[in-house]
Amino acid sequence: MPDWKKAAYVAAQAADARVNVELEAEGMTLNIGPQHPATHGTLRIVCRLDGEQVVWADPVPGYMHRGYEKLCEVRNYPQINTLVNRIDWLGSFCNEVPFILAAEQLMEVEAPERAQWIRTIFFELGRQANLILFLGDVGTQLGAITPVFLAFRDREHVLNMIEAATGGRFHPNFDRIGGLKDDLPKGWLDETVSAMKRVEDFCDEVEDLMIGGTIFQQRTRGVGVIPAEVGLEYGLTGANIRASGIDWDLRRDSESPLAWKSADFKVVTHPDGDSFARCWVRLQEVRESARIVRQLCEGLPAGPIMAKVPKIIKVPAGEAYVETENPLGVMGYYLVSQGGLGPFRLKIRTPSFNNIAIAPWVLRGVYVPDVITILASLYFILGDIDR
Amino acid sequence: MTATDAPATEAPAIEAGHHQRIVDGLRGSLGDAVLDVVLERGDLWVRVDRSAWHGAFEAGKRKLGLTFFSFLSGIDWTPAPGLSGERTFKGEDADEGDEPVEEATEVRTGLAGGDTRFQVFARLFDVRRHVGVTLKADLDDADPSIDTVTDLFRGADWHERETWEMFGFTFDGHPGLRHLYLPAEFEGHPLRKDFPLLSREVKPWPGLVNVEQIPPHLDPKNQPAAEAPPSEAPASDAPAADAAPPAEGGTE
Repeated sequence: MPDWKKAAYVAAQAADARVNVELEAEGMTLNIGPQHPATHGTLRIVCRLDGEQVVWADPVPGYMHRGYEKLCEVRNYPQINTLVNRIDWLGSFCNEVPFILAAEQLMEVEAPERAQWIRTIFFELGRQANLILFLGDVGTQLGAITPVFLAFRDREHVLNMIEAATGGRFHPNFDRIGGLKDDLPKGWLDETVSAMKRVEDFCDEVEDLMIGGTIFQQRTRGVGVIPAEVGLEYGLTGANIRASGIDWDLRRDSESPLAWKSADFKVVTHPDGDSFARCWVRLQEVRESARIVRQLCEGLPAGPIMAKVPKIIKVPAGEAYVETENPLGVMGYYLVSQGGLGPFRLKIRTPSFNNIAIAPWVLRGVYVPDVITILASLYFILGDIDR
Repeated sequence: MTATDAPATEAPAIEAGHHQRIVDGLRGSLGDAVLDVVLERGDLWVRVDRSAWHGAFEAGKRKLGLTFFSFLSGIDWTPAPGLSGERTFKGEDADEGDEPVEEATEVRTGLAGGDTRFQVFARLFDVRRHVGVTLKADLDDADPSIDTVTDLFRGADWHERETWEMFGFTFDGHPGLRHLYLPAEFEGHPLRKDFPLLSREVKPWPGLVNVEQIPPHLDPKNQPAAEAPPSEAPASDAPAADAAPPAEGGTE
């Protein structure tokens, strides 16, 4: 965004503030949630208003806290795999991968190459299922009803592929320490490649219908601007930080054993840091993700899908931190094992926790309708905040 | 893996250039307050004295380019006998000669060592050089408190609130330590090892109780061999088929 635009935004807000002071507008407290369509679950936000502007906002999470970190201390590794599926429930497979990778790292087990490729494919399918719904949902927050129907319609193509191979639409629970539960069914790769066409068509459709439209741009451009250094301080990740111009994607920048290195894709960034940039980056990420899946389906190597692991999984004592680039941002598991059947301590670093912790900062001074667009564009999933 | 008293003299073998730069930078800023340094599997752990906790973040952010705050949390190293249903658990497909996990009795701390029951750890990252470091600090058992880092990383606010309610660590200088997840009147610190998990007190291990005993008359081991010839199948089906219509008629 050019400087004059930033200055104009600040000036407009300052003028409004002056009007409110002159009118001595009495402040009021507005409670949004915990049950509100814009909160994707049960996030409660308490806003103090001055006229139409938010003076301060305080998100109140915890209505869905399930105590995963405590539960993980009394479960064994295969059971935890089921548990962590429910953190980000729209892209469930992506939750399993970093946990399994952390355990594999400590056990010094490496999954065969084919398993890593299939993991990557499912990871990207999870990303698409998640972000397609985001693209539909962000329209709903702005009053556009059509995109959400398109999103639910076209997400089915992705979910069907996940279901065809794993048996689970939302919670595949397909990843295992040392590889995967099963190999792919016959004909799955061709079907997936054609499903990617549907996903790309959806992206075009949503771009024509919503993201490129005037109303959408007027509601989101220049709203909720997050400068890169503030975003980094708050630990923003994923599309939120890439929309602030930070070129950082763990798929490209980390030594992950998954197969992203074998695919050719772009890391999309945007310099503006506003709500529009965040939505636009996610739209492009779905496209890139479809490209990755297509390439991986075409080049999938043959071979086993499971390394040799003991029947009863015991992870040697040690500590490992593994993070991956999940649909919502960087998700990491800090696994502390003391050689038992389950972890001694498992710290789950979820992206939405940090992404929504910035809300008090970014919501200060915005107008009430913009609260909804900013929250929608920051994109959080309650299970991912509350764990 | 063990804590060294004189870390400056015996430098661990750190090879990766960026990691070495971080270690040098932290040692340069904090001196002897850097208690231990571990590089394992391409990742760096640094344990600092708790008086140098804030200084480590400051040096990381201002001098070493570690501008990205990933997370902050705590750990309780108390051995956890109360929650160890797993120790009595032997699944049906246990390997032959699979000995039960030994009961841990003494505190075993993890990478970069530790002298106390409580530790706080946090992770910073450099998004330009793609290198991260996990910082650790020991806390006093009786009074687990440490300086806040919210003045350097505003995102630490929620993490410190969470750690405060889950472990009971206090962060000196934090703008408002209040409950994040739990209701305001909640008592206790759930992630401490001595906090009982009620469902595990009731059922030590769900894997054990969920295996229902097969009634003896249905157990295949008790059946005489060569039972259920094909001739018996229609005979058993027929009464069931006969019984169905009257039952339906009865209900109507």
